[in-house]
Amino acid sequence: MTTLTDPPLESFRLSMLFNDTRYRSFTFQAIALVLLVFAIGYLTSNLLANLRAQGLQLGFNFLSEPAGYDINQRLIDYTSQSSHARAAIVGVLNTLLVAALACLMATVFGVAAGVLRLSKNWLISKLMAFYVEIFRNIPVLIWIIIIFTIMTAVMPGPRSYLGEDPESNLLLGLFAFTNRGIYGPAPIWGAGSGVVIAVFVASIIGIFAYRRYAKHVLYSSGQMLPTGWPTLALLILPTVLAFFMMGQPIGLDLPDPLANRFNLRGGTQIGAPLIALWFALSIYTGAFIAENVRAGIQAVSKGQTEAASALGLRPNRTMNLVVLPQALRVIIPPLISQYLNITKNSSLAIVVGYADITATLGGITLNQTGRAIECVLLLMLFYLTISLSISAVMNVYNNSVALKER
Amino acid sequence: MCVWFGAEDLRTYQEEVNMNKSVFFGALTVAGLAVGAAAAGTLDDVKARGKLNCGVTTGLIGFAAPDANGEWKGFDVAVCRAVAAAALGDPAAVEFVPTTGKTRFTALASGEIDMLARNTTWTFSRDVDLKFTFVGVNYYDGQGFMVPRELGVSSAKELDGATVCIQTGTTTELNLADFFRSNNIEYEPVPIETNAEAQQQYLAGACDVYTTDASGLAATRAAFEDPSAHIVLPEIVSKEPLGPLVRHGDDEWGDVVRWTLNALITAEELGVTSTNVGEMSASAGDNPEINRLLGTEGTLGEMLGLDAGWASAAITAGGNYGEIFERNIGESTPIGLSRGLNAQWTDGGLIYSPPFR
Repeated sequence: MTTLTDPPLESFRLSMLFNDTRYRSFTFQAIALVLLVFAIGYLTSNLLANLRAQGLQLGFNFLSEPAGYDINQRLIDYTSQSSHARAAIVGVLNTLLVAALACLMATVFGVAAGVLRLSKNWLISKLMAFYVEIFRNIPVLIWIIIIFTIMTAVMPGPRSYLGEDPESNLLLGLFAFTNRGIYGPAPIWGAGSGVVIAVFVASIIGIFAYRRYAKHVLYSSGQMLPTGWPTLALLILPTVLAFFMMGQPIGLDLPDPLANRFNLRGGTQIGAPLIALWFALSIYTGAFIAENVRAGIQAVSKGQTEAASALGLRPNRTMNLVVLPQALRVIIPPLISQYLNITKNSSLAIVVGYADITATLGGITLNQTGRAIECVLLLMLFYLTISLSISAVMNVYNNSVALKER
Repeated sequence: MCVWFGAEDLRTYQEEVNMNKSVFFGALTVAGLAVGAAAAGTLDDVKARGKLNCGVTTGLIGFAAPDANGEWKGFDVAVCRAVAAAALGDPAAVEFVPTTGKTRFTALASGEIDMLARNTTWTFSRDVDLKFTFVGVNYYDGQGFMVPRELGVSSAKELDGATVCIQTGTTTELNLADFFRSNNIEYEPVPIETNAEAQQQYLAGACDVYTTDASGLAATRAAFEDPSAHIVLPEIVSKEPLGPLVRHGDDEWGDVVRWTLNALITAEELGVTSTNVGEMSASAGDNPEINRLLGTEGTLGEMLGLDAGWASAAITAGGNYGEIFERNIGESTPIGLSRGLNAQWTDGGLIYSPPFR
C-alpha cells in the first residue's frame, strides 16, 4: 500500500533560478530580454550620438514644408506647392490603389489557374503548370521591367492618335491604347445624374435581396428560382430606364486628339506605369495563389466529391457548393501572406516611374530634404500598419469560413 | 528521461543566450568602429588606408563611366584621381564607389566615401541643412531640355502638355516644377531612377522631353544612335554649379580637396600642363606663383599636411583643368561641350582660383 503525502514545502532559494527546471527557463528568458533591451538601447544611443556629432537632429518639421515637385498620378488634389506630407499621402493612396487592384486580379488569375491546373484536359493542365512555373520562378522586378518595356516598345506613342488625320483612330471613338497608358471616356455628371446613381445602387441592393429570397425559397420549399437572368435584368434595366427618364443626364468626356500637340487631352487616363505594375504583380502573385488553390482543392477528400455526385449534383455545383467551401479553409491562410507580398512588392514601383509611397516619401522627399532616417521610419510604419491591417481583415474572413467546432 | 530533457532544454537556452551575446558584441564592435571613423581626420584615414574612396555616378559618359577595360574615366573621375595623387602620391589609389542620386548623400554622410565627385549641384540646403562642404565648382551647368527634332519644338515654353522624363533625386525635378509653374503651362512628370532607364524611356517615346543638366543632356545624346535627330532647347532654366563635396566639420580634409581643385585650375591659368609639369617642378623657375604651386618655393604642401610635390602630382595625374575638360567632355570628344562659362576668368569664363600664396 502506498501512501500519498504532500512533498515538503521548500522555501525558495536563489540557486533554484539555475538549478530548478521550474524556474530555469524564466531565468534565461529574463537574461535574454535584458540583453536585448541593452543592445537596442545601445544602438539607439549610438545613432543619436553620431547624429549629434555630425550636427544633425531628428525631426518631422520638414513634412509641412512645400514639396516642390510634381506627381503624375494623384487621386487627391496636389500641386508642387503642397506639403511633403500631402505628397506622402498621394503616394500612400497610389500604393493602396495598385495593391488593391493587384490583389483582386491576382486572386482571379490564381483561382482560375489553380482550378484549371487540375483539369482532366492534358493541354490545359500543362499550360497552367507552365504558367505557374514560369511566373513563380522569375523575380517580380524582372517581370515588371519586361512588361513595361514591351508596353512602351510595342504600343504606339500618343502622337499617332493626334491631329486631323491621325495614323490610328480611337477604338469605337472612345479608347486609345498608347505607350503612355490607356485613354478612355470620363463621365460628365449633369443635373439629375444623382437619381440615376441612386437607382443603380438600389438595384444592386435589390439583387442581393432577391438572391436572399431565392435561397430562402430553396431551403424552405426546395424549389429553385432562377438567379442568372433576373440578376442581369435588375442590374441593367432600372438604371437604363432612369437614365432616359431623367433626360440622359450623364454625358461622356472623350479623349480629344486635337487639343494638344503632345498628348490626348480629356477623358480618363490609366497610366502605363500603373498598368505594367498592376499586371506584373497580379500575374506573378497569381502563380503562387494558383498553387495555394490547387493544394486547397486537393486537400478536400475525394469522398466528398463522390458523395456529392452520388446525391446527383452536377460537377460545377459540386465544385461551388462542396469542394470550394471546404478548400477555402486551406486556401485563406497562405492567401493572406500573398496579399501582404503584393502590397510590399508594390514598392518596386519606382522602376517604372509609378509614384507610390516609396517613390514619393522614400524617394524624392527623402532626397530633397536629406531626412533619410525619418523618411525610412515613416515608410516602415506605413508598411507595417498596412500589412497588419490586411492580416486582421483576412483573419476575420478566415474565421468566418473556418470549421465551426461546436 | 526527465534528466535528458532538462539537459536538452538547458543547452537550447544556452545557445540562445550565446547567440544574443554574440549579436550584442558584434553590434557593439560595429558601432565602436563607426564612432572611431567619425572622430579621426579623413586625411589620416585615407593615408592609413592607402586608398581614396571617391563617390561617382553609376555611369555618365564623359563625367564618370568605366571604359572598355573597366577603368573609370571622366571629368569627375579626374578630380578623384588628382586628389588621390595629391594625398597619396598615386593617382591609381582610388576606390570608385558608384552612387545614384538617392544614395550619394547617405554614402558621404556615413563615411562610406571620403569625397563625392558626382556632378552634384551646390545648393543652400545641401550645404547648410545636410551638413556638407562644397569645396568649389568644377563645372558651371544649367538645366536644359532635349526633344526629338521631328516634334518641331523650338522653345521650352512650347512644351505645354508634354510628358517629361526626369532623373529622380536631383535638383532637376524642383527646377522643372518651378519652370512650368512660372510659365503657367502644364506637363506630366515621369520620374526615372537612372540616366540609362530615362534614356530608354525617352527613345521609346514614352516621354516627349528629357530634362537634366545641359552637360548631362549632351553626354546622353552623344550615346544615341542618331544624335542629330534630337535637339537641346535653348532655354537653360536653372543655375547648376557642380562641384566636389566633403562632410562638414573636417576642414583639413576639405582644404586638401579644395586646393587640389584650385591647383588644377591655377595650373591652367599659369600654363602648367601634364607635359611640362615634370620639368617645371624639377627646379625653381622665374614665376614665384608657379614655384609655390609646385613646391619648389615655400611650404604650402606642409601646411596642408602633404608632400611638397602634392600639386605637381595632382597635375601629372591627368593634366590641368583645361586638359581634363578637353580630354573628357571638350569639343574634340563626342560629347562636344564648349568651354562657355567654364573658361578661365582671363578668357571671359567663371573658372577662377584664389591665389597660391
